[in-house]
Amino acid sequence: MTTITISPSLFSRTMKRHKPAVAPAPAPEGPALFDLLSEEIVFMILDFLDEDPLDRKAFSLVCRSFLALESRHRKSLRPLRAEHLPTALARYPGAAALDLSLCPRVTDASLAVVAAARGDALRSLDLSRSRFFTAAGLMGLASRCRGLLELDLSNATEMRDSAAAAVAEFKNLEKLRLARCKSVTDIGVGCIAVGCRKLRLLSLKWCLGVGDLGVGLVAVKCKEIRSLDLSYLPISNKCLPSIMKLQYLEELVLEGCFGIDDECPVILKDGCKSLKVLDMSSCQNITHVGSSSITNGAGCLQHLTLAYGSPVTFALAASLKRLSMLESLKLDGCMVTTSGLKAIGNCCLSLTGLSLSKCSGVTDDGLSFLVTKHKRLKRLDITCCRKITDVSIAHITSLCAGLTSLRMESCSHVPKEAFVLIGQRCHALEELDLTDNEVDDEGLKSIARCSKLSILKLGICLNITDEGLSHIGKSCSKLVELDLYRSAGITGLGIQEVARGCPSLETVNVSYCNDITDASLMSLSKCKRLKTLEIRGCPLITSLGLAAIAVHCRQLSKLDIKKCCNIDDAGMIPLAHFSQNLRQINLSYTSVTDVGLLSLASISCLQSMTILHLKGLTPSGLAAALLACGGLTKVKLQASFKVVLPQPLFEHLEARGCLFHWRNKVLQAELDPKCWKLLLEDVMH
Amino acid sequence: MDLKMDLEERLRAETWGKPSSVNDLPQRVPPDRQTQFPNFASHKNLQKREDQDPSISNYGMRIEPSFSEFNRPSECQPPLPSNPISQDRGVQMNDILQLGKTQEWDPKAMLNNLSFLEQKIHQLQELVHAIVGRRGPVLGRPDELVAQQQQLITADLTSIIIQLISTAGSLLPSVKNSLSSASTPPIRQLGQLGGILNNSGSGIGLDSNLVLPSQGGSKVPDQSNQVDPMDQSAIDNLEDHESKDDEDGDEGENLPPGSFEILQLEKEEILAPHTHFCTICGKGFKRDANLRMHMRGHGDEYKTPAALAKPHKEAGSEMMLIKRYSCPYAGCKRNKDHKKFQPLKTILCVKNHYKRTHCDKSYTCSRCNTKKFSVIADLKTHEKHCGKDKWLCSCGTTFSRKDKLFGHITLFQGHTPAIPFDENKGGLSLQGEHNEDTNKVGNVSFSFGSSTPSSGGVQNIMEDVKGNVDDPSSFFSPLSFEASNFGGFNEFTRSAFDDSEGAFSFLLQASCNYTQKNGGQSSSNNLE
Repeated sequence: MTTITISPSLFSRTMKRHKPAVAPAPAPEGPALFDLLSEEIVFMILDFLDEDPLDRKAFSLVCRSFLALESRHRKSLRPLRAEHLPTALARYPGAAALDLSLCPRVTDASLAVVAAARGDALRSLDLSRSRFFTAAGLMGLASRCRGLLELDLSNATEMRDSAAAAVAEFKNLEKLRLARCKSVTDIGVGCIAVGCRKLRLLSLKWCLGVGDLGVGLVAVKCKEIRSLDLSYLPISNKCLPSIMKLQYLEELVLEGCFGIDDECPVILKDGCKSLKVLDMSSCQNITHVGSSSITNGAGCLQHLTLAYGSPVTFALAASLKRLSMLESLKLDGCMVTTSGLKAIGNCCLSLTGLSLSKCSGVTDDGLSFLVTKHKRLKRLDITCCRKITDVSIAHITSLCAGLTSLRMESCSHVPKEAFVLIGQRCHALEELDLTDNEVDDEGLKSIARCSKLSILKLGICLNITDEGLSHIGKSCSKLVELDLYRSAGITGLGIQEVARGCPSLETVNVSYCNDITDASLMSLSKCKRLKTLEIRGCPLITSLGLAAIAVHCRQLSKLDIKKCCNIDDAGMIPLAHFSQNLRQINLSYTSVTDVGLLSLASISCLQSMTILHLKGLTPSGLAAALLACGGLTKVKLQASFKVVLPQPLFEHLEARGCLFHWRNKVLQAELDPKCWKLLLEDVMH
Repeated sequence: MDLKMDLEERLRAETWGKPSSVNDLPQRVPPDRQTQFPNFASHKNLQKREDQDPSISNYGMRIEPSFSEFNRPSECQPPLPSNPISQDRGVQMNDILQLGKTQEWDPKAMLNNLSFLEQKIHQLQELVHAIVGRRGPVLGRPDELVAQQQQLITADLTSIIIQLISTAGSLLPSVKNSLSSASTPPIRQLGQLGGILNNSGSGIGLDSNLVLPSQGGSKVPDQSNQVDPMDQSAIDNLEDHESKDDEDGDEGENLPPGSFEILQLEKEEILAPHTHFCTICGKGFKRDANLRMHMRGHGDEYKTPAALAKPHKEAGSEMMLIKRYSCPYAGCKRNKDHKKFQPLKTILCVKNHYKRTHCDKSYTCSRCNTKKFSVIADLKTHEKHCGKDKWLCSCGTTFSRKDKLFGHITLFQGHTPAIPFDENKGGLSLQGEHNEDTNKVGNVSFSFGSSTPSSGGVQNIMEDVKGNVDDPSSFFSPLSFEASNFGGFNEFTRSAFDDSEGAFSFLLQASCNYTQKNGGQSSSNNLE
């Protein structure tokens, strides 16, 4: 291995250069070199090609043997159409993990194809967004794929107990997700509990038909369970004793279980030594008394979430003292007292993560004291703690130098000088959320020193301009996500600087930055990895800018050009031609017409479209486009079209797996950003 | 009446002043209202206590206060029929006893009793008067009302007789002693009382002697009410109750061997439908009470309270061994020859046991046609719940309650809840429709392109599109699969958890309806 050192990036670049050539001529020594490598070694190299999915494609296009190698190497498939399953499964014989969540229609026939092609070799199957399959299809799958270990059936809202009984036939299943299977009852879960004895992970989130009996039986029968998600189930204290007897239980989510009250923690007291993660968010009926006594039993607890629960008082916080292993604590949305914060400071020894998002009652006093005790803090979320000022920020920055993530959206009393401190002291920051703050160019200049920054959110920061952003662009080369939503001080220059300095940008949001022009988009097109672009409400952007993005950013998958009224069909045609990975587009309020929309139909990945208030769109054009886009799963349309177009058309599209969302919004004039913020503040106060 | 009230006042002043408001209440109610229609319900409740002392058997309403005293161990039992007056008197007597004076008959008490009796007879007289007066209008009524009234009168008369006897008996010191000791078993008292009656040679014959031990005179109308043939529901209830008498009920009983007498009925005896036969016409009955009601039809002599009363168990049964029963089936655990013999408690237990264990199950449930029973009461119990057992286990056992099913499944390895049949069927039929949909989808997407002579620019692009649609390879460009790492996409396509069921359900509905229509063909036609 040491003798052959091929950098993956170099490798992929080489391959890419070959790509335009129709039939890549074999390099003189290429095949010979690769013949020396055993298949295992090539597979190891291929393992490094995870970063960019196009790299693998490039590799497989080199020659026949590479194609075969890559086909054998592929372990997981995520097809867009179930119709192509036979071909895909034949081409990738080693793919044991199958994700069908992107297929608009997964019928029993599709499942039969999978069963026939993979049989016992199938390990993982994701049907989390699939529809149209039935219990019979699952039963057929179960009879042939006995090796299945992981199954995701989330969102199968029509799935009934008979389907659950079919799931129970997968005897070796270890992970099962049934989130939002609302029609499954205790009986179905009972079948699963009896059938799938090896379950290690089970998610029953939002299975509203499942109660104490079903959950109790799962706890009795499936002794191997490590992770159990019971969020929003109508369960009560009754099923908890048996859950607590699960020997290996590590993660328990009881979010929004209103039936559980203060009795529960008493039960927890003598249970579950293995528990590491406990989430009791939104359990309305657990008061601070109950929360205090929870912590008696679970000594190994590492992550505790008590969000949207009882007030964090001194008593509750003091009870955390017993949790010597606690690493992260989430108290989002709770009433927090200063004494409570101080008690947390005194109790928990080794917190690395703390979330106080939307906690009312967080004061400078409490927070400052807390951080003096928790100097190892890495992640801190103080979103919407509106009482804190520069005092807190000074303490946080000076004491927690190791901070990697700081979220402080809407800390409106923090003055702009405080943000300079962040840049001066917290050099390890990777994620910084300053949305809706007073930060200005000076602050950004300082923050630019955080060279590891990968996520930066500066939405609704009205004090920043291109100058500040340029500093970021110059030094934060690792930036992946940049949010400048409604930061109206930004024009073209700042964006250009960022685009130049941050080549790995994947997500950019410049919505409602009115002064952004085509020039900015052209510079952004240098970011080859761009996947998500939101440029809502930028009236200066034309089709020209969009074309630049389309041509250069081949990985673009989400595009929002709502209210870019100067973008028309001319922008759509290059998009249709080049952006073959586009999955989701919002075209509302643009000048696109029938022609543009129809051209988009050639993007085979396209799944979701929002088409509101397109002046140039005729009903027949829309119908043609909808029919031509075979993979659509979700379309948002104006309600007026519902009447104009024939009902059978919609029925046909729905049978293909497309959902329609009808909107009846009136056209609204766009507001000036500053005015918009004032309006927002009015609403808040 | 005035006299009585005076007396009461006086007595109260003399004694401890104990009588509470509870005591007062029944006294103030006009006596005729108290006694005219004995309250059966309260009688039933009281009967147990009445058993303890047969002399306190009457005037249910009036007895109530005295019973509260009765329960106190320190209290002496009143020697005389217990109306509030006599109770007060009892207390007095208690005083006397405590003082250690020799007991003499108390003329005051005697006077009380006599005046009470007088009053009672007067009431009865009034009642009969009223009946006579009502005769005319009542003529059209069925006989049973008359019979009921008759029984009432007989009951009252009986009680008067009893009171009279006990009053007479109070003259004898031996009776006083036996009555004042609360612990004396009722039967011995009865025996003594009977003896006294015989000794005293009073005009009352054996007849009334039989009435006495029966559980109070008031019991007679009560009982006749229970077995009243018109009151079918009462009998039904009785049967239900009996059917619950399981032969296993005596499991916990640990009688030392030899401490009970073992009886063994023969098979024919057990299976005989009737056990009580009319000596006159030979008609058989399951219950003695029914036989007695039947006997009334054979003449007036069977209508006397004595004849209607439940025949009392033989006196001195206390001395007898407890009866237990053996099953005639050899080898049965309930057979006396079995090594671990477990006797049956009653004849009914024997019958039910024998039928359930050693007989064919001849009664089949008409609803499910599967469950069979040998005891008809079992069938009736089953039929009440048959079809309601909707919770089904894979082993075929049904449960009326879901938690019972889950308890069963928790207990047994390999058992699993069974899905109701109708749901399975639904799932299969859905599948068919979906398959049809698939076909339609295929048809439409191809027919569309060729049948759309649409306007200008659209037309051209449509050709392009059609080309794409027709060529499967363009859909299935390898590129489509390259995207397996686009993790973020999921969140974007659908708002993380849009909980709108509507979207799904309307889709399902639409897709079901869809098969009936002409699908895409028509839609593309409409486009033109």
